[in-house]
Amino acid sequence: MKNVPVLVLRCAGINCDEEVMHCWRVAGASPTLIHINELADRPAMIDDYAIVTIPGGFSYGDDIAAGQILAQRIMHESADALRRLVERGGGILGICNGFQALVKTGLLPGGDGSRELVTVTYNDSAKFEARWVTLEVCTDKCPFLTPDTKLEMPVEHAEGKVVIASADAAKKLDTDGLIAVRYIDANGSHDRYPANPNGSEAGIAGLCDTTGRVFGLMPHPDRAFAHTHHPHWTRRDNTGTPDGLTVFQNAVKYWGK
Amino acid sequence: MPDRSGSSGSGGSWHICVSRKTAQLDGHGRAALQDIRQAGMAHIEGVRSSTLYFLRGQLSEAMVERIARNLLTDPVSEEVTFGTGLKAGSGLTVQDDPAKSTPCAIDVHPQPGVMNPVAISALEAVRRFVVATGDAGSVDDLQTARRYDIIGARGIDDLDTIAATVLANACIETCYLHGFGRDDAIGDVFVAPPTRAFELRCVTMNGLNDDELAKLSRTGHLFLSLAEMQEVRSHFQNLGRNPTDLELETLAQTWSEHCVHKTLKSSYEYTGDDFGKPGTVTIKIDNLLKDTIAKATTDLNKDWCLSVFVDNAGVIAFDDEYGIAFKAETHNHPSAIEPYGGAATGIGGCIRDIMGCGLGAKPIASTDVFCVATPNFDAARLPKDVIHPRRVLKGVVGGVRDYGNRMGIPTVNGAIFFDDRYLANPLVFCGCIGLIPRNMVEKTVRPGDCIVVTGGKTGRDGIHGATFSSAELTDDHADEFSHAVQIGNAVEEKKVLDAMLLARDHESGCLYSAVTDCGAGGLSSAVGEMGEETGADVELRDVPLKYAGLRYDEIWISEAQERMVFSVPPEKLEQFLAIFAAEEVDATAIGTFTGDGKLRVRYDGTIVGEIDMAFLHGGIPQPTLHAKWTASDAETVALQKRTGTPNEQLLSALGTLNTASKEWVIRQYDHEVQGRSVVKSLVGPGFGPSDAAVLRPRHESDRGIAIACGMSPELADVDPYWMAICAVDEALRNIICTGGDPNHAAILDNFCWPKVDNERSLGALVRTCKGAYDAAMAYGLPFVSGKDSLNNQFSMSEAEAKRTGLPQNIAIPYTLLISAIAMVDDVTKCVSMDLKTPGNKLVIASAPVRQTGLVAAMAMHDKTSTLIRSGKVRAAHDISDGGLAVAIAEMCFAGSCGASIELSKECYAPGVFDNVATTYLLEMNEADATASGLPIIGTVAASPRLVIQQASKPDIDIAVSALADAWRKPLANGGGQ
Repeated sequence: MKNVPVLVLRCAGINCDEEVMHCWRVAGASPTLIHINELADRPAMIDDYAIVTIPGGFSYGDDIAAGQILAQRIMHESADALRRLVERGGGILGICNGFQALVKTGLLPGGDGSRELVTVTYNDSAKFEARWVTLEVCTDKCPFLTPDTKLEMPVEHAEGKVVIASADAAKKLDTDGLIAVRYIDANGSHDRYPANPNGSEAGIAGLCDTTGRVFGLMPHPDRAFAHTHHPHWTRRDNTGTPDGLTVFQNAVKYWGK
Repeated sequence: MPDRSGSSGSGGSWHICVSRKTAQLDGHGRAALQDIRQAGMAHIEGVRSSTLYFLRGQLSEAMVERIARNLLTDPVSEEVTFGTGLKAGSGLTVQDDPAKSTPCAIDVHPQPGVMNPVAISALEAVRRFVVATGDAGSVDDLQTARRYDIIGARGIDDLDTIAATVLANACIETCYLHGFGRDDAIGDVFVAPPTRAFELRCVTMNGLNDDELAKLSRTGHLFLSLAEMQEVRSHFQNLGRNPTDLELETLAQTWSEHCVHKTLKSSYEYTGDDFGKPGTVTIKIDNLLKDTIAKATTDLNKDWCLSVFVDNAGVIAFDDEYGIAFKAETHNHPSAIEPYGGAATGIGGCIRDIMGCGLGAKPIASTDVFCVATPNFDAARLPKDVIHPRRVLKGVVGGVRDYGNRMGIPTVNGAIFFDDRYLANPLVFCGCIGLIPRNMVEKTVRPGDCIVVTGGKTGRDGIHGATFSSAELTDDHADEFSHAVQIGNAVEEKKVLDAMLLARDHESGCLYSAVTDCGAGGLSSAVGEMGEETGADVELRDVPLKYAGLRYDEIWISEAQERMVFSVPPEKLEQFLAIFAAEEVDATAIGTFTGDGKLRVRYDGTIVGEIDMAFLHGGIPQPTLHAKWTASDAETVALQKRTGTPNEQLLSALGTLNTASKEWVIRQYDHEVQGRSVVKSLVGPGFGPSDAAVLRPRHESDRGIAIACGMSPELADVDPYWMAICAVDEALRNIICTGGDPNHAAILDNFCWPKVDNERSLGALVRTCKGAYDAAMAYGLPFVSGKDSLNNQFSMSEAEAKRTGLPQNIAIPYTLLISAIAMVDDVTKCVSMDLKTPGNKLVIASAPVRQTGLVAAMAMHDKTSTLIRSGKVRAAHDISDGGLAVAIAEMCFAGSCGASIELSKECYAPGVFDNVATTYLLEMNEADATASGLPIIGTVAASPRLVIQQASKPDIDIAVSALADAWRKPLANGGGQ
């Protein structure tokens, strides 16, 4: 297996970098943590990595809108390098705030830089909410995900509702296979609160681009990397790989080939 | 007033109004509408929220449009209008159908000088955006405001009420109303706070008589006692001069109750009831804190206590490499005036205490406990200047949420206690826990080190916080102390933390020799404390300011948030400053720690204060206080009367606010960030209330910590001695239930008291301290840190008391919070309180400390802990409010199981609803239950019903779903409808 170098981005207000670094290490990758200011000085450093990860947090306080200021910096400072990364087969993973930022750069969904398909905005409950959810994997082209599986992990956000701009946009998401994971309840519904914790349209919890290699999601695989993270672990059979860790392991398997 | 001064290309001002396209997309608007309706204005139909941005600079209209559309507005969910000048149009859209009612709006602007994090971030983003687009324009300033278009208002009075009671706080914000014939002119949003010219001022103390000294103490907001004022006067008389205003302020800050805990450190003469046994005693105590709380730590002499009572937090050993720092603080007075800002800066300050512990700990968890009045308090009976308890609760929860979540520190444990005596004095306890390398626990300032202030810039905010917090509140306090109230900027503090840890863990070794936080008293306290052994020489002109024109004394005592002070050896200064610059955090050398034992403060070279450190830290006179306590029949415990059938009684006990589910709060906190969570606040498929939180501080290790709290305010009026013991007992029970090791556990004390100007209040204080000592000794729990907040008392005019039907003086109940932390050998063996397996037995472990005494109680704690940690217990929960009935009900719905219980006097003597200390309910398999030798009282059932049979009383027999509903509903939405 090849070494998988991963660049983990941080900036003012990003606060999940420590656990994301840990997850990549446990999964067998070689992660490097970098401040966005250093990346701005030398965006070509991305050429040395297989995957870029944007962890969760409140970048720049989420002032203006969640992930918006970070998205602006990424677009202005390293958009070309990120495009090169995707063109040569690399991957981008955005978690929570990282996902919000990827949507606001237009790197997700679709990957054509368009901001016209979807946005991420305030939860229907109009407040921050933390709870565990179940995700249904609905793509077979995203190397971070195992097709036809379900994953349990927590959401922790105030602005996680995915809004689809129009019927045409909804159609495009569908035909291009851009919906990566959806919230699902025990009866198979994608819409019911609290299984869908924020009112996301079509139950969208995460999106990918047309290649499947740019992937972002509101829930936190980086908080589900140990059995003891699960809210019911004291009454479960704690065997197998914790759901969150599979996301990182899948990536290492794919890019380490 | 440059209202329409904007024009393309020249230095002008612009407004941009960003609104959500529909109400469905408008989270802020819907939240505001809910708050307005909860406040009693059910006729309001809708609220549309907008963000107003005001820009000043050299910008073309085309550039402003690009900023508005591409940076500030979301193309899918938002729409924008913009124009020159500061007057923005309505954010209403066609869908809102304003034709149905008069168009009207409330604009909420932060007052000049009040922290506005959104404006700071947006200004930086706009500047970057302009540069990135290659435009030649520039932005000088940016401000933001919030707009609420109100649908369904009936008149200007509605707008006034909504503005004052829901949307804004006059201490920090100004509202402009539009509609019903009013169209308030928006002032210059870019106005700078007033500039004050330098003038060295001395305060005449020589020759003042006692009355004049007392008056000076009050009018100058010094809050020093007469004896202390006399001490200061004679000190300066001996020097042959008067103090400067800065010197007097420095002494007042350093000698404030908040900073020096002088009441607890006083000597006492106590007469009254003996402690834990019949009879009366008269005793003398030399130093109450030292002779009780601190003495327990000394007497227990645990080798794993690494740092106690000497630093910003206590530190205990975690493993061979790391220690755990723990601190809890209160932020009561600011939270009474501005709940959101008060609680946010409260948690922010406690986090800084952890950052400023040793050479810096990394915060890994927070805790919060609130004491408030009931949310359904009659709004018509609210005294002037008192904020409604529902708004207080929402505000303090919001403050902790927004600060903790943004910092990326999980809030993992807490409690809310309701009592209407907290109406005007809500209590906000914030705790923080940090992980620190054991070789970083010690710090020493060295003469010659540079004094470096880092983080937020200094402004006129938070002046007199330390002394204010030591004063009694009145119905005029909002006017008098509004300057002590602040808004926090969590991301700034996160940046300071990031930079500090890089400097601490630098490859060449730690780049500084000491650090402390800038909290109450600002630089005055931070530099004064750090330089206690060395002396310090400070140049205030070098302190980075938010705006020009601060007076030297304002710079010195400002409690502006998010600042840390470092002691940096000169040879490491360059590297230190480079790290902070790379993280975009201000760091500025403002002086030197000397070796002459003097605190010398200059402004532009002129000495504005020079005090001997020895006098500053040792000069405060220690009074002897008289304390008295005798049990009085008038204050026997007012037992809650229970009426109805046993089923109804159980439902009502579960719905009591103190017991009811706090899920509404818990889910607003990010309690899993950092990936350390092991046992969460809500456990089992039915989300029952966990006894403690368990965390895994090091991702790579199975060793953990359990965190819990205990309070027994129901005993405050009965006997504070037992209140203290029962609070410690509860904290220990909670720790033990999840698998914490009681032999490696430590506790913190937080006292909140009413005024301490009378013998009974002081008697209560002595009894509480004695109880805390006795419990700590018997249970082997050293105190490692503590704080007190006194004078939580409110007085109002006679007329106001008559109008509200409230007593003229409202004193809070004597309140002691015990926070506990314990090591967990292996987190994978932790136990949660949800019932697991039908057929298992329910076992009761009980030795109520008030009846059996501390020794027997400790034996029961030990026995229970041994059972739990041996892996024989499947679920464990302690008995507290609502007694055994509530405990088993919670275990049932948490585990989605039923239970069948048969009680006899032999196996469990107390009433089924009695709150008894030192009692646990355990689920074990039959063999282990029998082997334990403890009374088996029932069985876990698969059918979802709880059945409790009691001798000579009707049975409780009720569906578990009904129990869950009764527990969930009361606080489902912050206590509002």
